[in-house]
Amino acid sequence: ADIISTVEFNYTGDLLATGDKGGRVVIFQREQETKSRPLSRGEYNVYSTFQSHEPEFDYLKSLEIEEKINKIRWLPQQNAAHFLLSTNDKTIKLWKISERDKRAEGYNLKDEDGRLREPCRVTELRVPTLKPMDLMVEASPRRTFANAHTYHINSISVNSDYATYLSADDLRINLWHLEVTNRSFNIVDIKPANMEELTEVITAAEFHPHHCNVFVYSSSKGTIRLCDMRSSALCDQHSKFFEEPEDPSSRSFFSEIISSISDVKFSHSGRYMMTRDYLSVKVWDLNMENRPVETYQVHEYLRSKLCSLYENDCIFDKFECCWNGSDSTIMTGSYNNFFRTFERSTLRDTTLEASRESSKPRAILKPRKVCTTGKRKKDEITVDSLDFNKKILHTAWHPAENIIAVAATNNLYLFQEKVN
Amino acid sequence: MFVRGLKRKCFDGEEDIEGTLAGIKAIPSYNLQRQSLLDMSLVKLQLCHMLVEPNLCRSVLIANTVRQIQEEMTQDGTWQMINTQSTGQASLDRLVSTDILCRSSRDHQAEEKHGPAYGTFNKDFESDQAQDNSETMSTASAVQPPRNLQSNVWEMESPQENKGNFQKSLDQIFETLENKSPNTVEDLFSEVDSSYYDLDTMLTGMMSNTKMGHCDSLETFSSPTNTASNSNCKSDLNDLDHIVEILVES
Repeated sequence: ADIISTVEFNYTGDLLATGDKGGRVVIFQREQETKSRPLSRGEYNVYSTFQSHEPEFDYLKSLEIEEKINKIRWLPQQNAAHFLLSTNDKTIKLWKISERDKRAEGYNLKDEDGRLREPCRVTELRVPTLKPMDLMVEASPRRTFANAHTYHINSISVNSDYATYLSADDLRINLWHLEVTNRSFNIVDIKPANMEELTEVITAAEFHPHHCNVFVYSSSKGTIRLCDMRSSALCDQHSKFFEEPEDPSSRSFFSEIISSISDVKFSHSGRYMMTRDYLSVKVWDLNMENRPVETYQVHEYLRSKLCSLYENDCIFDKFECCWNGSDSTIMTGSYNNFFRTFERSTLRDTTLEASRESSKPRAILKPRKVCTTGKRKKDEITVDSLDFNKKILHTAWHPAENIIAVAATNNLYLFQEKVN
Repeated sequence: MFVRGLKRKCFDGEEDIEGTLAGIKAIPSYNLQRQSLLDMSLVKLQLCHMLVEPNLCRSVLIANTVRQIQEEMTQDGTWQMINTQSTGQASLDRLVSTDILCRSSRDHQAEEKHGPAYGTFNKDFESDQAQDNSETMSTASAVQPPRNLQSNVWEMESPQENKGNFQKSLDQIFETLENKSPNTVEDLFSEVDSSYYDLDTMLTGMMSNTKMGHCDSLETFSSPTNTASNSNCKSDLNDLDHIVEILVES
């Protein structure tokens, strides 16, 4: 199994898609509750697997284009088939996943094995009939949106109009129509005329969940810009600018790097947005630009280790974050296969571990604790014994229920709330 | 906890600073640490050029860090301190003009061809380099490479330009190390020079194995003689060995 690079539930939560470093997409489907298998409810089993992207070679630059899937976004279901967008660094593809459980038999012009019959041998006409067959799930590429990005695509986001979507790379954001592949509109361009003046890049972008003219994008300097597409064709001028003033007492050479936002997500309500930087998660009220309304420390104990984390490149890890269905809880990953959840109203936070050793199937997860003071209590883990190779960058929360998907390198863990 | 084998000489933790005695030691220690951070960042910028396609976000962040360090070093006079130590009586005039240029360089920024971020340094180096090879120049030109490196890292659209720029900037880095005088600036550069030499050896050894077109320009370099060696070079060597291994395997 390859390293998982993205995890995403669909709109109903019945399907869970994962993309990996090898360009494959694996879709899991939730088992329906049945009388014969009462315990199977909530279990996700493999529904479809397909190769979404292949490695490519850019001949002009003599560089390889990785097939790693950076993001998957589902489209809302409009008929029996499911559609999703998957993207690597350069190309976005629209995939159709459909079921086939019937087969037509009794063709006139061809035999059962598919060979064409000679017309002169056809003595009578019959109507083909549909016969049931074993369920087959087919994935077929319906659209390929290519050649619109010079830099690496980091985000895609489907608009609430369900007809357009945006794709963002380090310096530009493009707007696409799902039906049109040979054209896209550039809506944000922060590339300076002189590349040597470049000091800031786009790190993530997302459409507002309800207002189809509004989107946000975050930067490597810890700022978020909200743009309204009604104001101008090119949204280089933002409508709102979100930035928290820097705390001068905690300033260091790493301040900028740790302020770089790795993920931005609107709440389901559309009133808030959440940003993830290296050490914290912040919740912003869209009506207040000068500071976040809530800040949660994910792993503050790493602040004194920033130099080492810079040395081994961990400081550049891009963690994602997600909301639960009701926006009451947020979740994000950390190191040592730890992931954290924060309950907004009670300010209760939990640290859990996604690993085989610490979780048997159907066993309740034990909360973990990182020891920050000198004295280590039993079951606590010291900062120095954390495994920085085991990082949880991608997590997803079911849109309606308390089921979470956690990607730990090349393993996918699914946890759900214990139901009595 | 540490993935790589590099010797840890960073700001980590407060255990370095305990009590007033260590507080006195802390000031030069901070400078050393800052310098090692600068060196580490430059190596990172160089290394990320070796990868399939440099991660632009990472490169920008590292370059910004380098710029911050250099700005701070200008502000607290560390750069001018180097100049004072290493230049003799004769270059005092140049020293004065350097100071003036630093202050007024912001006015000249618009005229500069290169990024305003290094505006405070530009005039110095261009005037210095026009003159004879001196110790001032060696420290000065150490700052210049990052600016060119930055341009190389961003410009992914024209590989031909990349080749030229990349060659130029690496030229400058290695030239710096050859020209550097071992005595006065040794304290500040001691942690870096071996690793650069080693990097160069690694690079020339590596070139036959990489498939990157724009790296062909490196084959024209010859390894400079290793004039200084210290204990740090072993761990740096191991680290670079590790990197070379990975590149060779891929």
